[in-house]
Amino acid sequence: MSTPADNAPAAHSAGAEESRPSLAALLLDPSFWADWASVVGLVGLVIVFGIAQPVFLSVANLQALLLAAAILVVLSIGQTFVIATSGIDLSLAAAVMLGAIILGLVNAADYGIFIACMLAVLATSAVGFLNGLIITAGKIPDFVVTLGTLSGITGLGLILSGGEPTMVGSTFLLRLASGSFGPFGYPVWVAIAAVIVAHIALYHTRFGVHLLATGGQAESAGALGIRTNRVKIAAYTISGLCAGIAAILLVARIGSAEPQINTSLLLNSVAAVVLGGVSLFGGRASILGPAIGALMLTALVNGLTLLNVSAFYQPLAVGAIVVLAALIMRYQK
Amino acid sequence: MSAPHHIPATEAIIACEGLSKHFGGIRAFTDVAFQARRGEVTAVIGDNGAGKSTLIRSLVGVHQPDTGNLFFDGRARPFANPDEARKAGIETVHQNLALIDELTVAQNLFLNREIVRRIGPFAFLDRKAMKREARLMLSRLSINVPSINQRVRRLSGGQRQAISICRAVGSGAKLVVMDEPTAALGVQETANVEALIRRLREQSVSVILVSHNFDQVRRLSDQIWVMRAGKMAATVRASETSGNELVALVTGAA
Repeated sequence: MSTPADNAPAAHSAGAEESRPSLAALLLDPSFWADWASVVGLVGLVIVFGIAQPVFLSVANLQALLLAAAILVVLSIGQTFVIATSGIDLSLAAAVMLGAIILGLVNAADYGIFIACMLAVLATSAVGFLNGLIITAGKIPDFVVTLGTLSGITGLGLILSGGEPTMVGSTFLLRLASGSFGPFGYPVWVAIAAVIVAHIALYHTRFGVHLLATGGQAESAGALGIRTNRVKIAAYTISGLCAGIAAILLVARIGSAEPQINTSLLLNSVAAVVLGGVSLFGGRASILGPAIGALMLTALVNGLTLLNVSAFYQPLAVGAIVVLAALIMRYQK
Repeated sequence: MSAPHHIPATEAIIACEGLSKHFGGIRAFTDVAFQARRGEVTAVIGDNGAGKSTLIRSLVGVHQPDTGNLFFDGRARPFANPDEARKAGIETVHQNLALIDELTVAQNLFLNREIVRRIGPFAFLDRKAMKREARLMLSRLSINVPSINQRVRRLSGGQRQAISICRAVGSGAKLVVMDEPTAALGVQETANVEALIRRLREQSVSVILVSHNFDQVRRLSDQIWVMRAGKMAATVRASETSGNELVALVTGAA
């Protein structure tokens, strides 16, 4: 599918022609650490937690960790597409909530679980499309628009649900949440599939190149005939689509549709993208980087829990790591 | 206004007559007639604000002229947008070069013209083919870059200019329009870009060159058009004029 160079989190497409620096020089180069921050961080955490608490490395715990990371991985992919265009999607977690509520309500109205899932994904994709449309047609900053939709769809979710959670008793979702194929649970496979599809879209299609060009220099891209507005709308729609998939995984996991926003999902999706070496200024992105960033953040919470560190310390640790990663990113070439 | 040398339509790659453009109450240029011969380097000179850039942008679809007729390659062709002009065969090397810093040389050369391989309903980038073609395009114009896999961000100003010109020519354009191609370059880099423009001429590519630099214009071009205060003031053969005459034409002392 790809050459090893493609898998560098910062999307180095450097080929064999560029001279390869020696290993020592590589290790002394800050930009190496910046490009591989999420991988280095993940390996570091695994070593530290593995020594401090051997249970961390047990197969059961690693499987649980991957399962817990699946939702965040899917959301990080959506966020990556938006951030690659130099935007940001603050409505991502709210869209997950809206998707979950629609899934719950449609299922409760006996339309069947498949139609419920379809409508949930359609609704969140529509939210993304709307974000993109307002941002490009209205020429309003991404930050403001998605902050607005964050509030808007939160209200919509509360109105639709009446503020009450809806139980979703579906054998399909139960099997999705608890079943497994090979070593991984189904949600992990969903996340893996999302990573592969997104990676191909970013690196092996015209859309991917146009996305990076739009994020890098929108004006230049436009001068060459790239329809940058369409590209942006597509990126937001992809973000909404990912929110819909995450909503299904979330409802499957907790068995009900809750009318509340998991704000840590939003913050962690941005954090994972930053850890993955994606530039917040756009034009530079990878899929594997943010996916590993999401794994790292989940591993951090998982490890701290195993070490009996109070849950109150976890946001502190996540915050410290994200700021540290952002500092290292400054050395990115 | 001195009457332009009327050349047969078949010899002109692009021509316009009676072209005017104003923005609100400000007239950028009025009643302009202009022609560029096929296979020649045609220069447009003039003082700041004389209307050169706006005229050029009106030729390539960035601006819509208010009045007048535009002929390209023997046909009446008003262009609604730059994309249409590009499809018809006019490539513009923009003053800002329109390069994407974070993309590689090869990616920039094929931006929005990517080579794809179709597998069923899907189209995937054929990166090998693009890299192979990119090397050919660069070698045809003797452009040296460290690697086609290098990000454009790391290239020098002259190299960036060369990549931008190479992209314009490489698409098989019938006409390449360059707006101040050496304005931001050092002495050596300017010499390299001038050599590149001469090579284009040897390969019979039609070029329109907008410049401030009278010496450069006399070195590079065949025909020189002089704009002054929104009008086409004069046109001369480069071989039959002097620097002093050009200065006089530009300032209106003639």
